[in-house]
Amino acid sequence: MSKNIMIVGVGGQGSLLASKILGKAAMDSGCDVKVSEVHGMSQRGGSVVTYVRFGDEVYSPVICKGDADVILSFELLETARWLPNLKNGGVIVTSTQQINPMPVIAGMAEYPDEIVSDMKALGVDVRAFDCMAIAEEAGNIKASNVALIGLAADVLGFDHEILRNAVAACVPAKALEVNLAAFDLAVEKARG
Amino acid sequence: MKKLLLGNESVARGLYEAGVKFVSSYPGTPSTEITENTSLYPEIYSEWAPNEKVAFEAALGAAIGGGRAFCGMKHVGLNVAADPLFVTAYTGIGGGFVIGVADDPGMHSSQNEQDSRHYAISAKLPMVEPANSAECKDFAKIAYEISEQFDTPVILRLTTRVSHSRSPVELSERVEHDIKPYEKDPAKHVMMPANAKKRHYVVEEHLAALAEFAETTELNKTEINGSNIGIITAGNCYNYAKEAFGKDADFLKLGMVNPLPKKLIADFAASHETVIVIEELDPVIENHCRSLGINVIGKDVLPLCGEYSEELLREKLLGIEPDYCEIGAQIPGRPPVLCPGCPHRGVFYTLKKLGLRVSGDIGCYTLGAVAPLNAIDSVYCMGASISSLHGTVKVRGEEDKYVSVIGDSTFMHSGLTGLVNVVYNGGNTTNIILDNSITGMTGHQDNPLTGKTLMGNPAPNLCLEDICASLGVSRDHIRAVDPNDLSALEAVIKEETAANCVSVIICRRPCALLKSVKKNPPIKVNEDKCIGCKSCMKIGCPCISIVGKKAKIDESMCVGCGLCSQMCKFGAL
Repeated sequence: MSKNIMIVGVGGQGSLLASKILGKAAMDSGCDVKVSEVHGMSQRGGSVVTYVRFGDEVYSPVICKGDADVILSFELLETARWLPNLKNGGVIVTSTQQINPMPVIAGMAEYPDEIVSDMKALGVDVRAFDCMAIAEEAGNIKASNVALIGLAADVLGFDHEILRNAVAACVPAKALEVNLAAFDLAVEKARG
Repeated sequence: MKKLLLGNESVARGLYEAGVKFVSSYPGTPSTEITENTSLYPEIYSEWAPNEKVAFEAALGAAIGGGRAFCGMKHVGLNVAADPLFVTAYTGIGGGFVIGVADDPGMHSSQNEQDSRHYAISAKLPMVEPANSAECKDFAKIAYEISEQFDTPVILRLTTRVSHSRSPVELSERVEHDIKPYEKDPAKHVMMPANAKKRHYVVEEHLAALAEFAETTELNKTEINGSNIGIITAGNCYNYAKEAFGKDADFLKLGMVNPLPKKLIADFAASHETVIVIEELDPVIENHCRSLGINVIGKDVLPLCGEYSEELLREKLLGIEPDYCEIGAQIPGRPPVLCPGCPHRGVFYTLKKLGLRVSGDIGCYTLGAVAPLNAIDSVYCMGASISSLHGTVKVRGEEDKYVSVIGDSTFMHSGLTGLVNVVYNGGNTTNIILDNSITGMTGHQDNPLTGKTLMGNPAPNLCLEDICASLGVSRDHIRAVDPNDLSALEAVIKEETAANCVSVIICRRPCALLKSVKKNPPIKVNEDKCIGCKSCMKIGCPCISIVGKKAKIDESMCVGCGLCSQMCKFGAL
């Protein structure tokens, strides 16, 4: 059995760093691992999804509909878009940040209201946080991607220290302190 | 030591370990990171060439010169390099020569979905296809052994999911290979008819020997789980098949996809009641099976178009539908857009405003075709903007106003010869070169106009104005303009489209994502002055929205380019 984690958001939000951290944590846990990234055109402000799969043996780099154990999301509309990939009983940890896509900006579509409560009404275990506020409280808004990982730390299936060390190993050295602070603060907030 | 490597990074590691000395490539998603990573090894000389044909020929020359060489490109790049590709099957190599080509099933970043395996078949070259990062490295190294053993270039086929996924790779040391002594051998390397006729027989002999090799090579693996279902597959499709079928099928995983083995496949098929061929894009393995008289399930059930997945195989082959939930609300799409501060935005806004027909090209600026800019009429392939517009204007005359639009890197790739054609044949088109000082879409690679090489060395700063003048465009009609100065830009475009001669407008401003580009403070909205007229929305900037009938700027994204301020007649921005 593999553990399937998706990281979703908008191109430029920092999902590559998040996937690097989870990939390293999986390797350090002694697992087989596959991380699938998006490069090229779709990165330019488009919907971006990264798949992280780990376990004894992992073949496909892609997570299908109904197969994700955890979805980490940087943006609410993207959370809704990728909800169909969540496994029955899976967990969504999402930032409450909203970024209007071009069809909404151009007035051709509307950004749905009440995404979180709609998902809750379906019985989905969705945990929504203001990641940017947590990162800001920890010292730098740019650490919001690490804050998101901290918020999900207890459901990702890694040993806590392995995950924290992976964060430390993957973030730029000069931003180490603020990222670890964001991680720790987020863990605390998630535990309530 | 095991490391988590991107497929492309692992190919680069394979080239390093195989003792490769020379790499020449042109960037193209999903192949770009191979060459970016070889450039990090000081032992490998790595360069960006202006296009794939030049890159191929440079790498061929390095191989003929006796060193192991590599050339990387995306699938459509192989179309550009096809001419030398076909002839090198005849000449053979010196040092090992491997061509890496990355196909893009699902068209994540491409204009078509071609299957490069057809090139291996028609050029009569061996092709290997890995399924994960570990195989990327191993197969790259084996490709050099095949290349030198059979005196032939070898194609390493990748697909987006293999190139752009990370998985564990065991690293080894580099093994150096001495430069082979050079021997003059015109009968082998001068491909005129008298020599080429003899060489064709050699090509066929090599191919027959390679077909024998395919029967026993470890690249092709059989996995027996005691099932009466036999699956024949290759590359990433193997991964999907393993996930969908697990131990409920036997597998023949083909690592060598040209030439395909006959006996190995026939024996595997004969020991299974049902044989399924799982391959993305075209039925290459399937047609081979049918030519051997083997009845298979293939494209009668599985699609010709798009990417495969575990989900697709479960649904089409096992009748299992996914179990999932979704919210009732309509979810708007999020297509890619020109970035905040993108220097191309003002150009497309102006072209649309002037009602010009726009012959577009390949790059970030292809996004000028999407709403709300909707400025581009056509995009075909690298360089086609200038050359195709010439033909259009020749048949339609000038009753319509047209321009072509091409990026700086794409102009150097294959726009030059199109412009020569316009000048030579008395065309009078207006051609806009978007000079953003970098190859943008593929993630910021240097090119002959940036003054720097891939390995970070300074290069002669080629000047677009001088290039166009030397190709015969009048200096009076080579105009440089800052595309963020909308009134100057509009004036220049009006003048040059009115002129009855060939002209080049160089829109010069660096890509907003370059680290060297200074960001201005975000634009502020003066809510007292904003009347909610939505003029600022016409430029399609992702930072601007209308909230409560007033413009709102997302300050976390805005880089203060000031384009919206120029749109506002009320001084509100």
